[in-house]
Amino acid sequence: MTPTLTLKKFLTNLSLYVILTIAAIIIIYPIYSMFNVSLLADPEVAMFPPKLFPTGFHIENFIQALALAPLGRYLFNSMMQSSMVMLGQLITACLAAYAFAFIQFRFRNFFFLVFLATMMIPWEATIIPNYLNIKQWQLTDTYWGLAIPFMATGFGTFLLRQFFLKIPHELQDAAEIDGCGSLRFLWTIVLPLARPALGTLAVYSFLQTYNQYLWPLLITNDQSMRTVQIGLTLLQDEEHLRMNIVAAGVVIILIPTFILFIFSNKQLIRGLTAGAVKG
Amino acid sequence: MAQEISTVRPIYAQLGITGIQWRGMRKFLTALLYLAPSLFFFIVFVFIPLLSSIQLSTYLTDPLGRPAAFVWLLQYERLFTQPAFLNSLSRSTLFVAYTVPTTLLLALILSLLGNLRLKNIAIYRIIFSITIAVSGATASLMFLYLYHPTLGSLNYFLELVHLPTVAWLTRDQSALFSVALVSAWLQVGLNTVILLAAMQGIPEELYESAMIDGASSWNKFWYITLPFLSSTFFFLFVVDMLAAFQTFTPVSVMTRGGPIESTNLLVYSIYREFYINGKYGFAAAQSIMLFLVMLVLTILQFVFVERKVFYE
Repeated sequence: MTPTLTLKKFLTNLSLYVILTIAAIIIIYPIYSMFNVSLLADPEVAMFPPKLFPTGFHIENFIQALALAPLGRYLFNSMMQSSMVMLGQLITACLAAYAFAFIQFRFRNFFFLVFLATMMIPWEATIIPNYLNIKQWQLTDTYWGLAIPFMATGFGTFLLRQFFLKIPHELQDAAEIDGCGSLRFLWTIVLPLARPALGTLAVYSFLQTYNQYLWPLLITNDQSMRTVQIGLTLLQDEEHLRMNIVAAGVVIILIPTFILFIFSNKQLIRGLTAGAVKG
Repeated sequence: MAQEISTVRPIYAQLGITGIQWRGMRKFLTALLYLAPSLFFFIVFVFIPLLSSIQLSTYLTDPLGRPAAFVWLLQYERLFTQPAFLNSLSRSTLFVAYTVPTTLLLALILSLLGNLRLKNIAIYRIIFSITIAVSGATASLMFLYLYHPTLGSLNYFLELVHLPTVAWLTRDQSALFSVALVSAWLQVGLNTVILLAAMQGIPEELYESAMIDGASSWNKFWYITLPFLSSTFFFLFVVDMLAAFQTFTPVSVMTRGGPIESTNLLVYSIYREFYINGKYGFAAAQSIMLFLVMLVLTILQFVFVERKVFYE
């Protein structure tokens, strides 16, 4: 390559990186600004022009956020709700996906349509009766009330079924000949092979539940049962003049999801694109 | 002898059915057992509530949500004769019109950038898709700060480049668009990820032969990339529309439907009518209307997907 060509290539790449970085800054700016504000001292928040970079590390904001709103308690509640939904969905979706992938049975197409239909009915169309039921069953302000409507998933069932279908049928035949029952076959052979798909569903359902807003808003009234998303907006209502405290709260509750997002990026993206690339 | 044979007759024979029928039945019952947990939750939390919603929408209720008087379609008549629901419907439609094109355009730019073959591009891809991990509530708080009339940095940036400042959430003319921006930002990560996956599915040979023919980058984009992405675009178009019609959190956190009802989107209106005003029947009628809107959109998508599969 001649020097002019390499120089040209270098300049093209450089300008591409500049464009990429500008785009990245624009996308991440709202998140950055929360991190920034969470590190500002009280008087700095109200300054004009706004401080765009932190000047120190005001850890007391985080301590105050944890003290003013019982964020620890909220985090625990959210973790409980999300784990319950995640486990529930894994169990129900595994069982249903197994039936759809490995058993030839009558009315299979009908049941398939039933599962599909659940994905077309928006949550909002059922929320009023669900709310009234949970209230009548006296499950408001309980973990069961928060988690139980989400224990089954059409999306998760299809995701796992798709994966189960790739498992060779000879394995099933061999297991049957050896007298291995279907539940044992599912547990000892299918599930270990399907670990990546299970991971995808687990991350997806956990994140979705952790980030829920409307349902926990309806179902929890007791401060000690609030989830993080609700608790945080209550903190905003009470402390809206001290944005640094609210921002510290935002940072605290974002951290678990960012860790999950970065460390299970592949699984999560596989789940998100599963429906799209085919359809 | 004959006695002996009859004692070892299998159960199905005693029931008067053949072996094949018996095996079919056993398979059906086994499958049903596996489906039972999911079906239980679907029946209790999806199908029965949907029917109850429909039923509820034909009643006047007491403040506890118990049906009190059957009123046939009165609630629906109210929906279309009183301004509140019509306002919500039109605000939601406008909201969709703001959010969806913004999201798709941003996601197209980001996915084209993320698809470049450069070192460390993976880091940029993660940043472009990071909003997947952000909840509606935290995003709303972020923008609440950015939009703040005196403390927020968005107006400060506008002033720096000598542009007029915007009233963001405080005026009814700008509030809906400001909320739409939050929704678009939240939705961009998912859209980018899906577009990137679709771009990686475009056969490499197409670009190679285009390069041999001396096609410009623009032509490659216009004649190869975009046509290949068309079905993904349509999918995202529907997904984004559904998401926009279901928007609740930013409204609840940032504006509570105001100023002057300008951001009172459908789901927020449903929430306010039943949870705050106790008008369960009226809210149920709204939720059924939302269901119908979304059903039409979903059916459109299915029809399109069918056709696409057919042509391929």
